[in-house]
Amino acid sequence: MKVSLFITCLCDTFTPDVGKDTVQLLERFGCQVDFPENQTCCGQPAFNSGYKQESIKAMKQMITAFEASDYVVGPSGSCVQMIKEYPHVLKDELEWSERARAVADKTYELTQFLVEVLQIEDVKSTFQGTATYHPSCHMTRLLGVKDAPRILLENVEGLNLIELPMKEDCCGFGGTFAVKNAAVSGQMVEEKAQHIDETGAEYLIGGDMGCLMNMGGCMRRNKQDVQVLHIAQVLNSQ
Amino acid sequence: MGIKIGDKPYAERIQAGIDNSFMRQAVSSAQGRFRSGRLKAAEELGDWEDWRTLGEEIRHHTMENLDYYLHQLSEQVEKRGGTVFFAETAEEANAYVQEVAKKKQARKVVKSKSMVTEEIGLNEALQQSGCEVVESDLGEWILQLDEDPPSHIVTPALHKNKEQIRETFANKKGYTKTDQPKELAAFAREQLRKDFPEADLGVTGCNFAVAESGAVTLVTNEGNARMVTSLPDTHIAVMGMERVVPTWEELEVVVSLLTRAAVGQKLTSYITALTGTRLEDETDGPEDFHLVIVDNGRSKILGTEFQSALHCIRCAACINACPVYRHVGGHSYGSIYPGPIGAVLTPLLDGYEDHKDLPYASTLCAACTEACPVKIPLHEHLIRHREIIVEREHMGAKSEEWMMKGFAKWASTPAAYKLSTKMARTAMKPWTKDEQIEKGPGPLKGWTESRDFPAPAKKNFWEWYKQREKRRGEA
Repeated sequence: MKVSLFITCLCDTFTPDVGKDTVQLLERFGCQVDFPENQTCCGQPAFNSGYKQESIKAMKQMITAFEASDYVVGPSGSCVQMIKEYPHVLKDELEWSERARAVADKTYELTQFLVEVLQIEDVKSTFQGTATYHPSCHMTRLLGVKDAPRILLENVEGLNLIELPMKEDCCGFGGTFAVKNAAVSGQMVEEKAQHIDETGAEYLIGGDMGCLMNMGGCMRRNKQDVQVLHIAQVLNSQ
Repeated sequence: MGIKIGDKPYAERIQAGIDNSFMRQAVSSAQGRFRSGRLKAAEELGDWEDWRTLGEEIRHHTMENLDYYLHQLSEQVEKRGGTVFFAETAEEANAYVQEVAKKKQARKVVKSKSMVTEEIGLNEALQQSGCEVVESDLGEWILQLDEDPPSHIVTPALHKNKEQIRETFANKKGYTKTDQPKELAAFAREQLRKDFPEADLGVTGCNFAVAESGAVTLVTNEGNARMVTSLPDTHIAVMGMERVVPTWEELEVVVSLLTRAAVGQKLTSYITALTGTRLEDETDGPEDFHLVIVDNGRSKILGTEFQSALHCIRCAACINACPVYRHVGGHSYGSIYPGPIGAVLTPLLDGYEDHKDLPYASTLCAACTEACPVKIPLHEHLIRHREIIVEREHMGAKSEEWMMKGFAKWASTPAAYKLSTKMARTAMKPWTKDEQIEKGPGPLKGWTESRDFPAPAKKNFWEWYKQREKRRGEA
């Protein structure tokens, strides 16, 4: 199966290791992985801030980059969800809207792809430690990927998963919200960090780099001894 | 009072909310109770999503045919001895009520259950006409004594705890007992019971009006609304023009959704349906009944992409689900309609000028959309507001506009994109220490006040991938 990588801008710049784990994980299950070079950012920062015209420029770039692919897989629920929105955002431009629909239909978040397309529930990985999982908002509520990460994590050998209190509450990232409403965002992530602390877990696992940067940055400032991991890193651990 | 509360700028209001630890504690604990109540009630039904779909269909159908149902409603109310007044503006609505009060030579007005009268500032208008106005719902009464605006649309005094309420009663009414809720409520009851028989006019809101019968329905837990509507000779119900349902059948659905979504109740203690004036053989009810149907900007929303905002049944489920609301409280929104629905509705009713920050008071986490029992896509409306604010109203900050223009160029030019991710580490070097940025420049300043920000990686993914491909080619 041929799979094109959608390595989000945050992942590319800040956590390339998450990209590497994504590649290795997909290859372990027989995927032929390629990385379309013309990809950039999904456009979400501009779109969610109200700069629709600016975001459309990013969207068209991404549509062009992925049109030739069979499947597009990215390690971020939020960015994948943005691609799913493209046809709707471009509804006034019929041709682009159709091209957007074709790309959106074949784009998947990593765990969603593993469980729904490859039909894998156990990636045969081993990871020793106690961890808690934060289900990020866009991935769960908007993209609708709730079960896939949980199913995969539950089958990781050695991993002790502890439920995160008030797990469905937003961590306060919200893209530009963390910058524009930094004070409120800071309070929200502080509350999240406390909940993570209450679990006593050694690791925090998530599926979105933005949220993980936010929670990780807060816990580091608090000198909390919790290591932040993207789900791809756990699933690719042997 | 009107829809806008206070004149402080947004940033100050937000900071005041964050700094108010008493309020935050009170809000957080109330939110917790309401949320679990709503989830339990939804679970009990088993087919909650089907109910939501039905609720949405009912509200959509009613809004699509609003002129028909309002016409039917007004005909039915008049047939049953009531008088209907369509008020286009807040001023028209207030003037009408003032006129009725004048005709009745009213001195004392008792009130119950109404956000729309807050929206139009009716209390102030009646006071200007020389009337004493008494709010009879406990929460509203506390706020009236304290001269404080509401901070929630179902439990207006949510931001206060029992100690503060005791203090208010002691300072304003000479209360001497404890802060036990039972004693506080008994004191309020004793005080308010004196007002009902003395009142010349009873003013209520209207949760829903039933078009087919001309009935006005009030959904309450305290029962005061029944005193307000049956003791004074004159009853005036004030409703937003969207608060209509076609028949009793739809009423049943929306009331069930309202009570479950609001506080997790199957039904509230009192659901009162009032149809017209007192008949000859009836022992109570008003001799004179007026229904004031308020537009105040609502008809401008009809037929627009925001029409579904009018579906709102004022259950506050979105407010109770909102993590931003939990941290800043209702007053931070500067509107009597706080939380996600307030952030959507307030700019629509009162313009962007005073409320342009509200659509940004959300992380777009969509907890509100998920909680809404009539499926209003609240987070999508918030994004649309943001678009209007920057693209039509040109109210976005210049610096942000330039940044976004730069973003568009960057994201549509792969070479520039690649170069920037490669150069990011070098560019951030002056602020980097131990792979972290603890005090960032520009947009990172706010972030790094409470959080660290990671330094860009030594080698980005793209470079790694390229090298891997090369190695593979050589092998």
